[in-house]
Amino acid sequence: MITFDAVTKRYPDGTVAVDGLSLEAPTGEITVFVGPSGCGKTTSLRMINRMIDATEGQILLDGVPVQGIDPPTLRRGIGYVIQQAGLFPHRRIVDNVATVPYLLGWDRRKARARAMELLERVGLDSALARRYPFQLSGGQQQRVGVARALAADPPVLLMDEPFSAVDPVVRTSLQDELLRLQAELNKTIVFVTHDIDEAIKLGDRVAVLRVGGRLAQLADPKTLLSDPADDFVREFLGRDRGIRRLQFVSTAGLRLRTDLTVEEGFGGGTAEPWALVVSADGAPVGWVADARPDVLEPFGTFVHGRDSMRSALDAALLSPSGCAVGVDENGKVVGVATREALDEALAEAADG
Amino acid sequence: MGDGPPSIWEWIARNWDTGRVDSIRNLLTDHLTMSLVPILLSLVVALPLGLACVRWRWLYQPTSGLMNIVYAIPSLPIFMLLISVTGLSQTTVIIPLTFYGMAVLIPAVVDGLGSVPDHVRQSAVAMGFTPLRRLLAVELPIAVPVVLAGLRVVAVSSISLVSVGALIGQGGLGSLFTRAYQNPFMPPVIVGIVLIVALALVADGLLVLAQRLLTPWVRARKGRA
Ligand SMILES: Nc1ncnc2c1ncn2[C@@H]1O[C@H](COP(=O)(O)OP(=O)(O)O)[C@@H](O)[C@H]1O
Ligand SMILES: [Mg+2]
Repeated sequence: MITFDAVTKRYPDGTVAVDGLSLEAPTGEITVFVGPSGCGKTTSLRMINRMIDATEGQILLDGVPVQGIDPPTLRRGIGYVIQQAGLFPHRRIVDNVATVPYLLGWDRRKARARAMELLERVGLDSALARRYPFQLSGGQQQRVGVARALAADPPVLLMDEPFSAVDPVVRTSLQDELLRLQAELNKTIVFVTHDIDEAIKLGDRVAVLRVGGRLAQLADPKTLLSDPADDFVREFLGRDRGIRRLQFVSTAGLRLRTDLTVEEGFGGGTAEPWALVVSADGAPVGWVADARPDVLEPFGTFVHGRDSMRSALDAALLSPSGCAVGVDENGKVVGVATREALDEALAEAADG
Repeated sequence: MGDGPPSIWEWIARNWDTGRVDSIRNLLTDHLTMSLVPILLSLVVALPLGLACVRWRWLYQPTSGLMNIVYAIPSLPIFMLLISVTGLSQTTVIIPLTFYGMAVLIPAVVDGLGSVPDHVRQSAVAMGFTPLRRLLAVELPIAVPVVLAGLRVVAVSSISLVSVGALIGQGGLGSLFTRAYQNPFMPPVIVGIVLIVALALVADGLLVLAQRLLTPWVRARKGRA
């Protein structure tokens, strides 16, 4: 656990970058620092590994003040990823990844073997290991940056806007990759971003900072969206807060109807305006209107109990029937959420 | 041999290894000594001075100002000044050439270290490099291409400038030119020019080779573009 205890940073020119920050980043969780540019995110992050020293207050790593630890030793135990990746241009990829193991005095072969293992872990082809950083795309370099930060298996990972410089498609895949890695590794991660959507997607807890380095709110993403502490946070969260909050509402309680499905070759004649055609192995095929049983209309699915209400609503809006198809993990139909059922669930979400 | 002047090949054969100090072979050796020593010496001195200028920024302005002044002073008065201390020796030639080399190499070291991207330096700090290790393993290697470019200039200009030492009787191959002035006979001049240019080309070639071996990552970048 990382503890900020009334931490203030005043730069020599008088700028107060961080002002009386107190918070905890729990072990094994992703804590996101989010806020507008210049609100002290980078400064806060760098005080953890002592690239910057706090003016007042202290930062504790599992109860031990970082001020008491010699900086190089402290830093070798903390992974660090930055926006431009910061790879060494004169070192091959494998040696870039093995940097901290080398610093820790591992034997060369063991360090390289570890580096190769990590390259695979972050989804990079082992053929890239012999290349130099210039020969990699921005997204690949960023993956190498993550692999390098993980090389010596540090318990703590600091990430300063690591995905801001890549295009949106690559960014999304890097974010998914990080969540996947974190599910396996359970690191204590402090992640800095100015992008509130990224914060909500990645954070177990999100600390919203305002300019002047003051903590505006610290909460899990769902609470942040439903209960912003003040106008600053509300403004920062942006407009479609209500819809976005639905991604934290489970579909487990969503009522499903099982009487709206028919087999392939259905010729019409139920009492309902729409019926869902299901194949012999249980997969959805399409909606048919009772009036025109020969025309298959598109459908949308969500995994019942796993996906959020936002996915269910999205699935309903994809189909002219206005209903969402609930499936299990294997894609087999478990039931249909009608407009009425969605309406009920939404009313409940609005109360909650 | 006939009555006319000897051909250039005859002249070379006759003067190559006479055992006297002014045999072509001896002049060549002298020339190499008087150019290689300043090249190496200026590199050895410019490295710590360049590092000091980066570490203490205020040092750079006065240092580079002084170096430019030294560079601007014509070599003849410097020779005259030095003769009273070091006599008509090779040292008198080596000292000013070393300063010329430093005038090029100190800025090259400073620029080389300046070419290290800030995010690279920051990530080295964040990974737990000590300052010394960061300098040796990250900053200096990345500075190598810029320093080597400076070294190529220094090598070629030193090899060519040694000839000026002929004015005080220490010009290496340059003394072949003063001889021609006393007695208008072309072969020594041609031999002097050809050998000096060849030396410069060989030195430059060796440095280019060193650059390829030391910094494959620069070639890799070009190869991709
Ligand atoms: N070395 C420094 N000296 C003076 N002011 C600084 C320095 N570094 C950052 N600042 C100022 O501190 C504030 C917070 O900076 P920073 O932590 O980089 O913010 P963020 O990462 O949230 O954009 C800004 O106003 C910035 O201008
Ligand atoms: Mg920042």
